[in-house]
Amino acid sequence: MNPVNYLYLAALLFTIGASGVLIRRNAIVLFMCVELMLNASNLALVTFSRMHGNLDGQILAFFTMVVAAAEVVVGLAIIVSIFRTRHSASVDDSNLMKL
Amino acid sequence: MNSLIPLLVAAPLAGAALLLLGGRALDRFGHWIATALAALSCAFGLVLFFDMLGRDTEHRAVTERLFSWIPVGGFRADVSFQLDQLSIVFVLLITGVGTLIHLYSVGYMAHDERRRRFFAYLNLFLAAMLILVLADNYLLLYVGWEGVGLASYLLIGFWQHKPSAATAAKKAFIVNRVGDMGLSIAIMLMFAEFGSFAFRPVFSAAGDASEGKLTAIALMLLLAACGKSAQVPLQSWLGDAMEGPTPVSALIHAATMVTAGVYLITRSASIFNLAPDAQTAVVVVGAVTLLFGAIVGCAKDDIKKALAGSTMSQIGYMIMAAGLGPIGYAFAIMHLVTHGFFKAGLFLGAGSVMHGMNDEVNMRHYGGLRKYMPWTFATFMAGYLAIIGFPFLSGFFSKDKIIEAALAKGGTEGWILGTCALVGAAVTAFYMTRVVLLTFFGEKRWQPDAEGHRPHPHESPRTMVIPMVVLTFGSLFAGGLFSLGDSFLHFLEPVTGHEEGHAPLSAFAVSAIATVCMAAGVGLAWLKYGRKPVPVQAPRGSLLTRAARRDLLQDDFNHAVLVRPGSALAATLVFFDSKGLDGFVNGLAAAIGGLSGRLRRIQTGYVRTYALSMFGGTLVLVASTLLMRSV
Repeated sequence: MNPVNYLYLAALLFTIGASGVLIRRNAIVLFMCVELMLNASNLALVTFSRMHGNLDGQILAFFTMVVAAAEVVVGLAIIVSIFRTRHSASVDDSNLMKL
Repeated sequence: MNSLIPLLVAAPLAGAALLLLGGRALDRFGHWIATALAALSCAFGLVLFFDMLGRDTEHRAVTERLFSWIPVGGFRADVSFQLDQLSIVFVLLITGVGTLIHLYSVGYMAHDERRRRFFAYLNLFLAAMLILVLADNYLLLYVGWEGVGLASYLLIGFWQHKPSAATAAKKAFIVNRVGDMGLSIAIMLMFAEFGSFAFRPVFSAAGDASEGKLTAIALMLLLAACGKSAQVPLQSWLGDAMEGPTPVSALIHAATMVTAGVYLITRSASIFNLAPDAQTAVVVVGAVTLLFGAIVGCAKDDIKKALAGSTMSQIGYMIMAAGLGPIGYAFAIMHLVTHGFFKAGLFLGAGSVMHGMNDEVNMRHYGGLRKYMPWTFATFMAGYLAIIGFPFLSGFFSKDKIIEAALAKGGTEGWILGTCALVGAAVTAFYMTRVVLLTFFGEKRWQPDAEGHRPHPHESPRTMVIPMVVLTFGSLFAGGLFSLGDSFLHFLEPVTGHEEGHAPLSAFAVSAIATVCMAAGVGLAWLKYGRKPVPVQAPRGSLLTRAARRDLLQDDFNHAVLVRPGSALAATLVFFDSKGLDGFVNGLAAAIGGLSGRLRRIQTGYVRTYALSMFGGTLVLVASTLLMRSV
């Protein structure tokens, strides 16, 4: 199969993720969309690795996974604590920094 | 024995501190503490004086270094007192007359509820004046100088509830500041030129300095003297200063404060002797002021203001004598001391008259008081005869010496100065006779006061009469005593130096002419005020009289030349500041504020907005990268 198709899929996934981040308000959904974008870029990286015949892209994908794992840990913790204090997971409610 | 010198200053200073900090507990007897401390200071002065007399002429001047005040590198200022023949004369005058005035104030201020404060200020004044005359360097002298200014401000404005008194105090302080500036500049010049401002090094180095520098220093010292001694052109404060209680007028404006300028010039003799141009300026200032004050004194109906004009005039004599150089210094001081006696006596007498007349000051509302106040009348007459130079009383000796010295200046200058002094003597006789005739002679012109009380003149209490009697002795005999064998002259000679002047007229001729002038003045005053009744309402008078009533337009002059342009300048600057500078700064601030308000709307606080802007940014970056590649 032509590896370019994987790139199309990655672009599609990234776009879906990005739109989700921009449109949705639920913090958990937002979070999942961010994960989707990260995984789309992982897919693109692995595809590039295959196309160019070296392992650079795959190594970078591992880095992304580690960063994503760390992000999930911190991000979920924040979301949980916000939910506990404010009884809402809507990001639009967390606008206290606005003057 | 020298350790008494700091105590001399400390006694009144402690009194001031005690009375000011002591609070109401001291209200009942605080004035006696102050009087006792002034007397104690006077006693110290007498002990030091006799101690000094016991020593040889060369060893009479002593210095007592108390502590180092400002030691910074090459700059060194000590709190150090010097007691020499000149200082001791002032010390005795200040503490002696000061004590008498304290005693007088006990009676005069008996019904004033702020009496304790008044005595605290009197003590403060004595202390400052003593520091001034005992300092052995110009910086410490400056401390005393400013202290005197402060005390006079507090005392002139003592009845601060009267707007006129508050204004007069401010006026005295501000006019004095001009003079103070002169003194501070003189001190700076001295430090720059000689590297010191202590008397001894400055005077010994003065001979090596250029005449121009010495003239500059001397002129600045003259400016200072003009301020404190109320000489033209800084004389305008003295008349208004009569707003203070009468003992204050006697203390500050007759016997002590106004003499500070004469002291300064005499003390700085070594500088003035080497700066002939500055000496000429001093002489001119003195001569002009002696006539100016005398003319003002002739026109005033307020008894205290008439005496104030007289003070100005008499200080003019002293300044003129001091400007004559070594032929005049000792006589300036001699006249200063005799004037201290009789002018304090006259002021206390005036206070006593006011005391008996419901605080009336207008002489046209007096008249015929000699029967009602015999003691006041007798002591006032003694002061009167002394000040007009009645033969063989104090003023006769001291004033004739000054006239003689003026003539001895030589040449046309000598004749002009001598004539000024003689005319001044005649005018002095005129206005003093006027005061006496209006107050004690003639018919009663008493007027009820504002509340309708008719005055019931009565003799003042004993605490007020005793000081007047003591001062009378000074007025009558001091001059003769000083002149006996020229004792005063020889006593002061080591400090001030002395040269025998060669007057074109003999001493006897000068005395004769002065006496004739005096008699002419008295006669003229009698013709005008003694022979015919005096109108209660002041007649319109000639142009000169009207000008003299307005202090010869000095205030109008100051107002037109200094105050008006000054306030115009200030108004211009305020306009420029508020419209120009403030406008620019405020406009800038408003512009930035408005812009920020608009920009703030960008921050919505919603995560998606920020995410969108991040995406937008990324998009732009990627697009521009691709675009650059393809080009």
